[in-house]
Amino acid sequence: MSLLSFRNVWVEYGDKVVLERVNIDINAGSFVSIIGPSGAGKSTFLRLALGQEAPSQGQVFLDGKPLRPEPGPDRGIVFQRYSVFPHLNVRENVIFGLDCASSPILGRSFGAARRRAVEQAEEMLIAVGLGHVMNEYATALSGGMQQRLAIAQALVKNPRVLLLDEPFGALDPGIRADMHELVTGLWQQHQLTIMMVTHDLKEAFKLGTRVLSFDKRRVDPHAPHRYGATAVYDMELTRKNQAAEAARMMAAI
Amino acid sequence: MTRLVNIRPGRKAAAGLAAIPLILIVIGYMIASAVRHAANPADKLLPTFMAMGKAFKNLALDADPITGQILLWADTLASLERLGIALAIATVTSILLGLALGLIPLIRAQFGALVATISVIPPIAILPVLFIVFGLGEASKIMLIVIGITPVMVRDVAAFVAALPQEQMIKAQTLGAGSWLLTIRVALPQMMPRLIVALRLSLGPAWVFLISAEAIAADVGLGYRIFLVRRYLSMDIILPYVAWISLLAILIDMALQFISRKAFPWANRSSN
Ligand SMILES: Nc1ncnc2c1ncn2[C@@H]1O[C@H](COP(=O)(O)OP(=O)(O)OP(=O)(O)O)[C@@H](O)[C@H]1O
Ligand SMILES: [Mg+2]
Repeated sequence: MSLLSFRNVWVEYGDKVVLERVNIDINAGSFVSIIGPSGAGKSTFLRLALGQEAPSQGQVFLDGKPLRPEPGPDRGIVFQRYSVFPHLNVRENVIFGLDCASSPILGRSFGAARRRAVEQAEEMLIAVGLGHVMNEYATALSGGMQQRLAIAQALVKNPRVLLLDEPFGALDPGIRADMHELVTGLWQQHQLTIMMVTHDLKEAFKLGTRVLSFDKRRVDPHAPHRYGATAVYDMELTRKNQAAEAARMMAAI
Repeated sequence: MTRLVNIRPGRKAAAGLAAIPLILIVIGYMIASAVRHAANPADKLLPTFMAMGKAFKNLALDADPITGQILLWADTLASLERLGIALAIATVTSILLGLALGLIPLIRAQFGALVATISVIPPIAILPVLFIVFGLGEASKIMLIVIGITPVMVRDVAAFVAALPQEQMIKAQTLGAGSWLLTIRVALPQMMPRLIVALRLSLGPAWVFLISAEAIAADVGLGYRIFLVRRYLSMDIILPYVAWISLLAILIDMALQFISRKAFPWANRSSN
């Protein structure tokens, strides 16, 4: 059974059809890159998985159960920006998620629970390379470090699936390469399932085990919003076909 | 040549520039006062600094023969108590309503327009209503200040909370926060520095409402005193009182700013 299933999913805003007839199964342990032109509904697709939005038709299943249309701790997210809390320091940003679970009234743990949370958070921060800035406020970090922090925040919750919406879009190339290494490492080490939206084709093929490309199958020139986008390419990548698929894809676009 | 908009004074130069107009005003006042006193030694309109100092000293140090109180302190205490209670009520109300309106779409839909409507009512216009409802005692004066400043503060902090990045709210929910934890751990702390800014901006209007209420119905208070001695044209009391009120206002403002800096150091960083 697949981890996430989209069954004949449509998303419409009024007359505007954004996604149509989306049928996709995401297997546990896969790293799915999602590409496509701007406005194709990539973020919308991710919001469906996140539960931030409900489909207008069709259904989304997580572990075979219908997904409640509300974000929850079984799905982690990293946005391009604004995913860290500016009023907390780096360590507290990670402890936040642990405290939410252990202390639903105060949102803060004490004593032994607190010590465990601190230990766990610091371990995670060291793993993402932020061991040296744990006392800084989150907004004092550079863009790349903030994204590392956002990943650490998500990972301490052990999410079933990690959703990334252009997580490295605002970073410069050198930093991006470091982040690729980090994400690949974490993915293998924690056996994560990842869905990542990106505009960078190279990134999509380098990191992904599968690449989904969203676009419209049909276009009505008189009513551009009449038809929605769907997954027009869906490629499983193995080591062998990776380069070939990438070349084919580049040629197609 | 450097453009005018790009010329910035240094620290010392800025202090000097700031002092010049103040010094000029004081000198101008002294000259005008001296001229009037040369013409009429009993002039009351522009009292000399000597006369004002003497009158203020009497009020600040000597007990009033009738009540046995030192008037300046009695007035100051009464006014600050009214102001303090009103600011406390306005602050607590702003926290509760600001969070509720800013975070919960259902409440915003139901009460947002109401708060917006209330905030356009000129508070002074309903002062008579307050006097009728709450009597001439402390309650009506405090209520005038509360009604005068709270709606604006509520709207400001509610708008701020509503404008917190959606990404952050979603992120917090994926970390396990429900409505309650979103409120107390994400929205509330980020709202606090903004609340203090709103409070500082409301201090001016709050003083206006306080003094108006005291001028109309009170038997002690800074505003009451000013309007009482106006009958005797006692500029030598009024002007020092105005200066004293301004000093209090500045001190309260500085205290709030200090608290905000100490308590919310992250708020004074620019994010990148
Ligand atoms: N709440 C909404 N109401 C109306 N239209 C919306 C709404 N949210 C998204 N859309 C529309 O849905 C379409 C898809 O948006 P989406 O953000 O998913 O695109 P995207 O593929 O992520 O684009 P980008 O690469 O620019 O991020 C866009 O045309 C957008 O205007
Ligand atoms: Mg997008």
